Formats: sequence, C-alpha cells, structure tokens
Amino acid sequence: MNDKGAAGLLERYDPQGYFCEMLGLPGQPAGFTRPVWERIGHLGLDELHARARDAALELYNFGITFTVYTQKDSIDRILPFDVIPRLISPEDWPTIETGVTQRVTAINLFLHDVYHDQKILKDGVVPRELVLGNKNYRPEMCGLDVPFGTYVHINGTDLVRDHAGRFLVLEDNGRSPSGVSYVVENRHLMQRAFPDLMADIGIKPVSNYGHKLHEALAEIAPPGVDDPQVVLLSPGTYNSAYFEHIFLAREMGVPLVEGRDLVVEDDRVYMRTIAGLEPVHVIYRRINDDFLDPEAFDPTSMLGAAGLFGAYRKGHVALANAIGTGVADDKAVYAYMPRIIAYYLDEEPILPNVETNICCEPEGLKHTLAHLDKLVVKPVGESGGYGITIGPRASRKELEACRKQLEADPANYISQPMVELSVAPTLVETGIEPRHVDLRPFVVTGRSTWVLPGGLSRVALTKGSIVVNSSQGGGSKDTWVLE
Amino acid sequence: MSNLLARYADAAFWMARYVERAENLARVLDVNETFSRDTRGGRNWLSVLQLYDDGERFHDRHDEATAAAVRHFYVLDPENPDSILSAIRTARENARTLRPLISTEMWIQLNIFYNRLRALAPEDLSEPRIARLCSFIKESCQAHTGITEGTFYRDAGWSFYQMGRALERADQTTRLLDVKYHLLLPGPAAVGSPVDLSQWNALLRSASGYHAYRRVRPSGMTPASVAGFLLFHDDFPRSVNACIKALGATLSDLRTRYGLAGGVQAMAEVEALRGSLEGASIEAVIAGGLHEYIDGIQVRLMAITDGLGQEFFGRASAGSEAPQAATEG
Repeated sequence: MNDKGAAGLLERYDPQGYFCEMLGLPGQPAGFTRPVWERIGHLGLDELHARARDAALELYNFGITFTVYTQKDSIDRILPFDVIPRLISPEDWPTIETGVTQRVTAINLFLHDVYHDQKILKDGVVPRELVLGNKNYRPEMCGLDVPFGTYVHINGTDLVRDHAGRFLVLEDNGRSPSGVSYVVENRHLMQRAFPDLMADIGIKPVSNYGHKLHEALAEIAPPGVDDPQVVLLSPGTYNSAYFEHIFLAREMGVPLVEGRDLVVEDDRVYMRTIAGLEPVHVIYRRINDDFLDPEAFDPTSMLGAAGLFGAYRKGHVALANAIGTGVADDKAVYAYMPRIIAYYLDEEPILPNVETNICCEPEGLKHTLAHLDKLVVKPVGESGGYGITIGPRASRKELEACRKQLEADPANYISQPMVELSVAPTLVETGIEPRHVDLRPFVVTGRSTWVLPGGLSRVALTKGSIVVNSSQGGGSKDTWVLE
Repeated sequence: MSNLLARYADAAFWMARYVERAENLARVLDVNETFSRDTRGGRNWLSVLQLYDDGERFHDRHDEATAAAVRHFYVLDPENPDSILSAIRTARENARTLRPLISTEMWIQLNIFYNRLRALAPEDLSEPRIARLCSFIKESCQAHTGITEGTFYRDAGWSFYQMGRALERADQTTRLLDVKYHLLLPGPAAVGSPVDLSQWNALLRSASGYHAYRRVRPSGMTPASVAGFLLFHDDFPRSVNACIKALGATLSDLRTRYGLAGGVQAMAEVEALRGSLEGASIEAVIAGGLHEYIDGIQVRLMAITDGLGQEFFGRASAGSEAPQAATEG
C-alpha cells in the first residue's frame, strides 16, 4: 500500500471523543505509540487482514481454544484475537505495577484479619455481616495460618481507563483468575506474525510467567520440603479453560492432575503414578473452594480429593489460592477496598475504585433507584459479565425488571456510574475502528509480589459494547509495556 | 523428577494404539480398493466388515454393503467407534489429556489431522479419490509417529507409547491374517488358484509387507509362507513376533529404569506369548488350526493390556470402564 493509502487508513480512524490507548486524548497525541501506529498504517488494510487470518488459523491449529458444548456436539472456538497491540507507556506502567501490588497486599492483610482477629470488623470499617454472611466466607479457615500470610497467590485485577485516561479498578479476581495463557500466547503469536511491527521497539517480556509462578508456589511449600512437588489441579479436559491449565502446567513443568489422580492418606496428599503413590506438596488449583474436598465442602463434588482440606489444615500441603479468598473479591467488599487499603497500609489507593453504591445500604439503594437510567447495576455474586444492567443503554422494560430485582433483593446488587471506557484501534472488516478495552494485570505473590508486565487486554469487539468478557463477544489483544 | 501419572501412562498407551489402528484401517481400505477390485465385487467390502467383526453393526444401519457405504462407515462415520474419524478423535482426546507431556508439534499435527478429517465431504470418499484419501491418512499417521519419535521426551510416557503401538500393530496383523485365512481358504480346492494368490498379495500389501516378503522369498508365494512371515519373521516390523519382542524389551527396560514393582503380570504374559511364537513352525500351526492359534495370541494380547491397565494405569480389571480420555479398545 502506498503512503497516501496508508495515511488514509489511519486518518479515517476516529476515537469519537473517548480516551484512546493509541492516540491519547484529543489534541494531546501520545508520542510513545507513534512508531507502532505509523507502521500499522504502512502495512495497510489488506496486509493486516491477511495476517489476522493467518493468526486466527494458527490459534485454531495450536488448539488455543475454548470448547463450547452444544447438546449434540462440541465446538472448539478461539478467543478472537485482534492484531493491533495495546500499548502501555513506560510512565503508566509503574503506576499500575505499584497499584495492583498495593491492592494485593491489602487484600492479603484483610483475609488474614477476617480469618483471625477480625479487627477490621470490630473497628466497624467493613460491616460484619458483609464479611461473615458472605457465601464465600469460609469459617473453616479461621485460625489457620498460611505461609507469609499470602492467601491470594495469583490475582487478576480488572482495570479500566476513564475519559481522562485515568486507570480505575473495576473488580478484583482473587479466586482463580484466568487469561494469563492468552497474554503469553498472544505475544508469541505477534512475534511470529508481526516481527516487522516489533522490530527495534523495547517491549517488556512476558515469557517468564511460568518460571515466576513456579518460584512463588515452591516458596509456599510445607516447611522442611526441599524440592517440593507442585501440581496443577484442573477439573479436566471438558473445562472451558483447559487450554490455560495445559499452558500453566507446561510452562511450570509440573503435572496437570485431576481429582481422580489424587489420594489423601493420613492427612497427606499423594498422586497416583505408575510407581504407586507419590507425595504432593503444593497444589495450584483451578477449581472452586466448593469442589476441593467432598468431605469438607460440597459432598457431591467429583472434582476434588476427599480429605484434602484435612491435609491443608495440618499444613502438609499448600493450596494456591488459599481457601476462602472469594470474600475479598466480592463486588460489595470491593466498594470498601479504598478504606481497607487505608486501614491496613495507611496509604491512599494508587489505583482508585470506580465510585460504587452499595445497595444493601439504604442510601446506596435510594441513590441507585433514583438514577437507574444513568448507572450500571451489577449482581454481586455473578462473574463473566452476567446479570448486568447498563442503565443508559437499557430499554424501559429492562430498567423496570432491574428495579424489581433491586427492590426484592437489594443486598445482591451494587451500582456504579457508567465509566466511559477507553478505546483502542481495532481491525474490523472495513478498516480500523475504536473498540472499548480493559486490562487485567496478573500478580503473583509467594514470599513477595511480582507483576507480569502488561496483562490481558480484553476488547469488546461489538461496536459500542463495553462488555469485554469472552462469553459475551469479547476478544483480546497483545499488550505491550514499552521500555 | 516425579514419576509419570498413571492416567498419563494410560493416555499415551491408547493414543499410540488409536493412531496405529487408524493407519491400519487406511491400509486395509486402500489395498482392498486397489488390489481386489475386479475379482469378487461386493464380497471384498464384506471382507473388511468381517475383518473387524463389524458385520452386524454395519447392517443395523445399512441395507447393503455397497462400496460407498462401507467406506463411509470406516472413514467418516462419527457414530462408528471404529471409524478412522473416531479413532483419530480418541487419539486427539488422549493427546489433549497429554498436552502437558507431549511436544507442541505432536499436538498440532494431530489437531490439524483431526480437523481435516472432520472437514471431509462424502465426495472425498468417492472411488477415484479414496486411494488419495487413504494415502493422506496413512501419511498423517506416519507423520504422527515420526514427530513423536523425533520430539517425545524419553521418559516413561515414551515407553507406554511404544508399547501401545507395538501391541496394536500385533493385534492388527493377527486380525488381518485371521479373516483372510478363512476367506481365502474356503476349501482345499481353492488353494493355489490365481484368485487366491492375488488375495494373499493384497494381504501382504495391507501389512506393507510385500516387498519385505519378496526380499526373503524372491520367488513363489504360498499361503503358509505368507502367514508364517506375518506371524514369525524377526525383522519385519509388523510381524507379531517382532512387535512382541519390541514390547517385551520396552516393558523390561521401563521396569528396570524406573525401579517399578508393577508390570509382573504383563511381563509374564509377554514371555508366554514370546515362547509360543518362537518355538512355532507355520506348518504345525496350520495343521493345528491357524484360527485357534491366532485366537490364542489375541487372548494373550488382551491379557497384556489388562495387566498394564491394572498394574500401571490404575484400572480395575478387564472390561472395566475406561477413564474418560483413554477409552478401551
């Protein structure tokens, strides 16, 4: 494509007043993205499309897929991949890095407290009922000490940027955040498909995630174990995130086990090998608390191992993440996070929350009901973008349905003003158009905390949509933290 | 390094078996098409059904064993657990279970292979194209074998993989021989007729053994010598004897190298089978009944599988339900 055409491709791109990850604010172009943006223009639309097709085929052939089950068949789908990278400036990254580290530190202190002295509840900073009455609160964890006080070893914090480009925390994911495999695989894909786009541009590497994760997991092994056996516990090949489980096990070089591979004898965990039972010391589990141990939790679970919790209580095996972390990433507890950070660390949040109304509090409910058409209402117990009502875009009927749900069960909801999510240039059939994005950085904590540079940029591929979840038409982009 | 998970050993064993099975089926279909076309018409396709003991299942769903119906039944029928598509689907599922263990190349190749099979249309099975399709399937299976040889880390998983392949090969060769022997020797009068020889020729080619056989016996061809070659020859990689020797060596090496207490029962069965193969002469076997002899081999092969299943894979016993991925043969 000639220069004129190239210029045209970029010139036709219009962020429509949103903060743009590539261009910055209107009238204040983001200089650091310029070389990449210009190269994209020079590649031209046809070339971008051709490479995007190759990339999609490669993902499919590699089996970097999630499985969608219908009644009759199972279909492997790739997570749609947009080839135009999302860039993070060398100035912004330290803010994110220290911000999510601060957040995880506070969350771990909070979890230790609510499972021990419950000072924060006694001091009335967080309502007692919100914590102790939470369905993800595990009284079984009370009084149990975990190595280094780390409960959340792997955390994914969802960040968005508002109209001014300010990073805000949208939600915390402290149970089994997924998506890190796409961060690494997207980078590998870009390195193969777009070497010319990356040439001579310093990008912080992401390929050592497995190594860093294994290091942290080995640190939390029971005392006295020199060469701990780490395993990854997966629900199995039918789980939609199975690809990620494979990826993590491979990157760490550890066995990927299922519940049926594990046996607990005398409060110690073993795996069934061809030579008989062998000890297991650390389990990175990708199954929920409920399913871990049919003796301690859900008795119908086939996914865990009977007696696992007993071994955990005795300190003979470490679990990552710890049991009972769900109480900290609850959407209602989220609203208190700035106060939680201040309480334990005596610091201001480096990354602010989105302003949140807690509907179990009378004033929160009142405000929400009065401004329903301007707010985003979210059920606290759901994930994956389900059950959300986006006020400004909802029909009158949808708003009425939402109002009824709120009045029936206010404690199940929070509301937030609609954040004007930032956009990133995204390849579509006819050219390059703005699409809304978020960012999920991954934070690994054993003895200390390490943040994977960048994170998963999810993009809402449907024009105008702000829901980035893969279950609702979201895709992903490679995320470059520039050096 | 920790020992191999029992479930992985199971999956590696069956991944190899299913790919090997698909390859053999492609050989049989190809040779049947190419070499036996003109002599007995539809009967030849019936023989394939007989070979796999599928007559009843086939006729439940088809009125007539037309060439097209049999081809579809064996290549693309997703409902037929023994079709090539089903075999590769199961192999791929085992590979998916094994993803943490196997090389990325192994996975990608099987994944692409399976997706290509799934994308085939009925016209790809038409008579003019079936030979090309069979070549594609054989080559894809062989590519799998080659990639595995070249990239699979040599731990216990590799041993179980090799054992699965050897066992399935031996099993396929006995089936081939068994059904052809019955079909081709309907009565003493038919022995030595031209038809008969072309069929034995096809049999050897099904096992990729024609050229090897010719090197051993440059002239002449008798049913007995072909049967003897496929059962006992030391150096032909698809003979039952060669497969069982390889299996025994792998099993013995595996147990020594990893200090495994398990495998006693399987080893005893391998030794017994080797004993019966090594001492035997084809003339005596035929005199005593080839079919009965082959039955005896197949019983032993099942006992070996059963032994491995109980002592290494944590399966309960013969005929017990297979774990999700591996699937019983």
